[in-house]
Amino acid sequence: MTGAAAVAAPSVFSGSANVIAVGVLLAEFGMFRQALLRDQVRLYAAQSTLISVLAVVVAAARHLPDLYVLAGLSFALKAVIVPAVLRRLLRGLGARGEGPGWTDIAGSGSLSLATTVLVAIAVAAFGFFSVAALGIHSPVLPTTALAISIAVVLVAFVLMIMRRDVASQAIGFFSLENGVSLTALVVAAGLPLILEIVFLFDLLVAVVVFGLLIRVHHGRAESLSTADLTRLRG
Amino acid sequence: MLTIVLLLLVLPAAAAVICLLAPLAVARAVTATFGAACLGLVIAVLPAASHHDLAYLGFLRIDALSVVFLLATSFLYAAVAVYSIGYLAHGRANDDGADPGFTRYSRRFWVGLNLFAWAMLAAPMMSSLALLWVAIEVTTVISALLVAIEDTDGAAEAAWKYVLIASAGLGLALLATIFAYYAGAQVLGQSYDLAFSPLLHVAARLPHAPVQLAFVLAVLGFGTKMGLFPVHTWLPDAHSEAPTPISAMLSGSLLAVSFYAILRFYQFSAVALGPRFPRNVLLIFGIASLLLAALYLFGQRDIKRLLAYSSVEHMGILAIGVSFGAPIALAGVLLHVLAHAAAKGNAFMGAGVLVHKFGTKQLSAIRGGLDLLPWSGPLFLLAVLALGAMPPFGIFRSEFEIVEGGFASHGNAAAAVLIIGVTVAFFGLAATTTQMLLQPRAVTAGHPGAAQAPALAAVGAAAIPADAADRRARTAPPDGPQGHRPSAAPLTRGEPSTWMVIPVAVGAVVLIVLGVHPPAELTDLLARAVRELSGAA
Repeated sequence: MTGAAAVAAPSVFSGSANVIAVGVLLAEFGMFRQALLRDQVRLYAAQSTLISVLAVVVAAARHLPDLYVLAGLSFALKAVIVPAVLRRLLRGLGARGEGPGWTDIAGSGSLSLATTVLVAIAVAAFGFFSVAALGIHSPVLPTTALAISIAVVLVAFVLMIMRRDVASQAIGFFSLENGVSLTALVVAAGLPLILEIVFLFDLLVAVVVFGLLIRVHHGRAESLSTADLTRLRG
Repeated sequence: MLTIVLLLLVLPAAAAVICLLAPLAVARAVTATFGAACLGLVIAVLPAASHHDLAYLGFLRIDALSVVFLLATSFLYAAVAVYSIGYLAHGRANDDGADPGFTRYSRRFWVGLNLFAWAMLAAPMMSSLALLWVAIEVTTVISALLVAIEDTDGAAEAAWKYVLIASAGLGLALLATIFAYYAGAQVLGQSYDLAFSPLLHVAARLPHAPVQLAFVLAVLGFGTKMGLFPVHTWLPDAHSEAPTPISAMLSGSLLAVSFYAILRFYQFSAVALGPRFPRNVLLIFGIASLLLAALYLFGQRDIKRLLAYSSVEHMGILAIGVSFGAPIALAGVLLHVLAHAAAKGNAFMGAGVLVHKFGTKQLSAIRGGLDLLPWSGPLFLLAVLALGAMPPFGIFRSEFEIVEGGFASHGNAAAAVLIIGVTVAFFGLAATTTQMLLQPRAVTAGHPGAAQAPALAAVGAAAIPADAADRRARTAPPDGPQGHRPSAAPLTRGEPSTWMVIPVAVGAVVLIVLGVHPPAELTDLLARAVRELSGAA
């Protein structure tokens, strides 16, 4: 793989990098419409996998051996362990009469799907074009990938705002973190591995706490909807 | 010195482990002892840190600026650890005999309190922006669990809003950290590890665009946890629903630690970009927070929400103070961090006693506090006067210095707005507080306080369906909205617990000392921290 990528660089490399980055963004858009908690978690795992793949591509093309380790750890944690932890923590949250363990979160958007996607496209476009004005250039990846990563972060915010169920909001935060990982891959590929590991471990702690709080919320509200979280105001 | 620093890092974590395993009586004693020990350790580090930076093991770095925040955090840790003994003692009298639910609650509380203090003490000791971010993220997740610990509908809602909003903010702060790395790596090479010292050394040569982006993202991201408008929305909910000792720590040290992170970004941004850009950003957020919070103070019905908005106000003052940039203003800001920790800690702890006494958080139901609480009543009044920047308390001195710095650096308009905002906030706080403490109680036969509350509480207990209320009553918190006190008993004069008075009294003394004559060691420390912030050290 190393040989192939090295020979093919730069155009095939930057092309494939951009395609993967676009895939991450599309996965983010997909989260607007997932109707089942299980599918939402799967989509997150898929998005995380794409980022690990991109890390491998960069590692091969730019000869950064640390990134192989990062890709492996990131895949193990975000594509395997985090989804597993989430599944375990959210097991048995289905309301009575539903299938064992998996809760329907369809229709939790506060606007219709089409409107939400239009808003997200506008926000993503804003992020995409505003990055160009910054004049930040990466030594390892094309600047397009940076623009896409900022778009992912912004769309993750739209997701957290628009979907009114705690599971999608939590996944929104985790995918926001994926967007930041993508940014880090573009502009901070040389970040010492130990720091990346600390970040990943920190994410795991956050996932556990999010899972616990989702359980607390479900125990109180008997649904994953945030519609009744309106008592504290003023 | 290394031993002291390591102990500071290890003691709270050890206390958490002990609380997890040992009987509750041991947990109480250990937390209070270790809390006081941490305060002592910070004071032991103080003289050295006011002369030179301390760096150990590659990941620990303590300078004068860190010690200011360590002082605020360890003081509150010690105070709250003592206060919590009294706070939790009353839940036990709830049911006859040992209540297993309450024992579990207490254990979680002690473990969480120590872990929370540990994360907040670790944050200012970290040597790099990356580790600082990690420590602050850890404070978020631990404190979110502590907000949820009451197991009421309100607590669940507040905890969810808090963890989601604060984490999203910290997502932006992580982005800021990444861009700070990018900027640093342009000068220092790809193997740069985000440590402060090398970044400050080369700050003048950093590229502008990424530093600007990093600074704005850091103010927005860490500002979310600091409670700056418009990203403060989680703050009143979390402060009002958390157990009172946790509210005190949230307000006095958690917000301050996030402010510390912003100061670190300010430190290198001001050198890289010139002071104008970072100061303007802070000025905008500061003025907005101050004015909004000052107005919100008038419409509050809940005593803890009232104090929470007062925190937003004071965080705004901190941001404005940094934006003035004059050394006297910066000295005022750092003193303000300490004085605010003492004053807001006192106010929350005093409010906890009032809430306990009257069995409600509704401001309208708390009357005649000064008569019923011979110690806590006056102490709460003093804390509120201190928060309103009355002399001779520490906040008067610090706000005076900030305003003076504002006029010195030609920020006349901003200084005027600051004075107006502080005055409005003072009236907002003072009006409600004097009613609570001085207005005599309307004696309605056998139904004081708590009985009036549901009728007045638009968002309170009355609105909750019966089954939810049942579930809530089962695990009723000691001072939650449906406190354990049956509303029929008439209230008598007296303090609920001596443990809940001692730390508040100590805090009041500290406030007066800070206001009248801060010790020379402290002024040396602040002077060095100011030099560090202005890029001169």
